[in-house]
Parts: sequence; C-alpha cells; structure tokens
Amino acid sequence: MSLDKPKGSVFSYTVGFVLSLLFTIIPYMLVTQGKASGGGLLFALALFAVAQVFVQLVFFLHLGQESKPRWHNLAFGFMVMVVVIVVFGSLWIMNNLNYHTMSPQDTDKYIQNEEAITPHAD
Amino acid sequence: MNEAVIPETRPVHLDAEVDFSARSGPSRTNGTVKGASQQKISSLRQKPQRVSSSAREQDEAVHESGKTVFGFWVYVMTDCVLFASLFATYAVLHNNTYGGPGASELFSMPFVLAETLILLTSSYTAGLAMLAAHRGNKQSVLTWFFVTFLLGAAFLGLELHEFSSLVAEGHSWRASGFLSAFFTLVGTHGLHITSGLIWMTVLMTQVVKKGLTGTVVKRLSLLSMFWHFLDIVWIFIFTIVYLLGAQS
Repeated sequence: MSLDKPKGSVFSYTVGFVLSLLFTIIPYMLVTQGKASGGGLLFALALFAVAQVFVQLVFFLHLGQESKPRWHNLAFGFMVMVVVIVVFGSLWIMNNLNYHTMSPQDTDKYIQNEEAITPHAD
Repeated sequence: MNEAVIPETRPVHLDAEVDFSARSGPSRTNGTVKGASQQKISSLRQKPQRVSSSAREQDEAVHESGKTVFGFWVYVMTDCVLFASLFATYAVLHNNTYGGPGASELFSMPFVLAETLILLTSSYTAGLAMLAAHRGNKQSVLTWFFVTFLLGAAFLGLELHEFSSLVAEGHSWRASGFLSAFFTLVGTHGLHITSGLIWMTVLMTQVVKKGLTGTVVKRLSLLSMFWHFLDIVWIFIFTIVYLLGAQS
C-alpha cells in the first residue's frame, strides 16, 4: 500500500489468485450440486466467504503488513465494528418490528415454525 | 535564528535555493528553512549537505504519499459502510417479493459464476500491473492495466445484460421490495466499477504521456486498492445475494 517499498511478488499474487478461485468454485459447487443443505451449508458458505475476504485482504491489499503505528489496521477495525452494528442491528430491529406487527394468524404460524410448538387439538 | 548566518554563506544558500526550486508543492518553504539551518555544516562540506537534504526530501515525499494512501484507505472504509447499509437493506427485504419470483427463480448461476471469475481475474491482473509499476516497466504496466480494463468492461457488460433481461421480463426495481434492494445493491457496485474503468482510462493516458513518475505510480496504487476493494464487495454480493438466494 505504500510507495517506498512495493509489497507482494508475482508469487504471492498468484497464490492469492489460486486460493480465491478455489474459495469461489467450492461454495458454488456446494450450492449447485445440491449435496448439502440447511444450516451446515449456510455455515460452509459463510466460512468460504470469510476465507475469501481474508485472502483478498492479505494477498492483494497487504493488510497487516505495515509498520507501526498501524493506522490502516485501526481504520479497518473501526469499519468492521460499524458494519457489524449496522447489519446485525438492522436485522434485529426489523425482525422484532415484524414480530410485533403480525396478524394473530401469522403470529401463530411464526411460533409454530420458530419454536416448534404445536397448537392444541380441540 | 539563521538569518545572521545567511550573508556569509550566500553562495551555498543560493545553490540550495536552486536545488529546492526544482521541486514543487507546499513543502518548498520547509526545504528553504532546512537549507539555511544546515549552512554551518555545508560551509565546511558542501557535497554531503546536499546529499543529506535530498534524502530528507525523499523522506518527506514518502511521508506525503503515505498520507495520501491513508486518506484514500479511509475513503474505502467509509465506502464499505455504505455497502454494509445496502446489504442490511437487502437482508431485511429479500423475502418481500410481493408475490413475484424470488432470488432462486430469477438468477442464472453459471452466468453469475462467470461474472465472479472475470472480476477475480481482473483483480489479479491489477496486482500484476502494480508490481510492474514498482519495477518501472512502463510497457508491462500498460499491458496489464489494459487487460484489467477489458475484464472490468466484460464484467460490466454481463451485469448490464442481466439487468436488462430482468427488466425485459417484468422484474424491474418497481416490482417488489426485494428487487428494489437488489438493483440498488448490485447497481451501486456496478457504478463503482464504471467509475473505476473511467479512472483507469485516465491513468493509462497519464502513464503514456508522463511516464511512471512518483505521482503517477501513487495514483496507480490508489486505483488498484479501489479495484481490490470492489472485488471484496462482489464476493459478499456473490455469497449473500446469489449463493444464499439460489439456496432458499
């Protein structure tokens, strides 16, 4: 990222490129072949996405390779914090809002689905 | 404090003045003060003084470019926050299809895989172009950035094709909350790619006209940082919109 000394080499860029191809094609196959499903698949997809981002940050953007003081890393960490608050906060609030504004029938369905409670047989 | 010294070492001072005036930018006054403060030494040894001051100039130049790179990095971080809010919007709205088809029926997965591979490759060639820029190999820089440009343009063409066929089938951004969020998120990424391509054209012209000067290489490194960042955003779009969408 700095001008004085170039970071990375053809080798490190190629390693990053091959890894990023792998981390794209494997989750793609998982989804299209339909071998996995449900929570396990979600977890695998999230894992591959995180691995992919890690590869991009380290091999292409050279994050974590600067000398002290590490202002780039600090700004990056702050960004991650804001992103987590925005994304998970939005989902949490909107889910809660959705729950509280449901019709009674929808609430019944929701409870049955989410908490596996079946209604009384009259 | 150095004013008194100046008259006796006038020739050296003039020499230093000429030396500094070759540079441009706001740090010029700094340089002049520095030149004056070192005149006692320089009256004894003229040559070493000039060498050390040019080394300090280089230090300053590196420091300045470090600030530029960091400033651009902060911009990229704020852009991440912008995309995060669009992702949050999509995550909230992705089930609100208003009776229309959802993500799993609308998107063609091989098509999206092709887009992703093209963008990943363009990120790699941008990295190779930067390595060539640091080596000072002008021809190689131009070749790799041209390849990057072609790949970026191909990606943009595929995305526009996807958009136009969705709209032609009646699934425009007006059809549902899900499609509004989809077009906003993916369209914002496409706009970033477009501006990256324009920026790349401008910088390739600068490389041809000015050569690989320090300023041009600095601009190229900012562009490649921007391009890698767009790649990262696309990975999230690929995973969250397309892979998870095809799954549900």
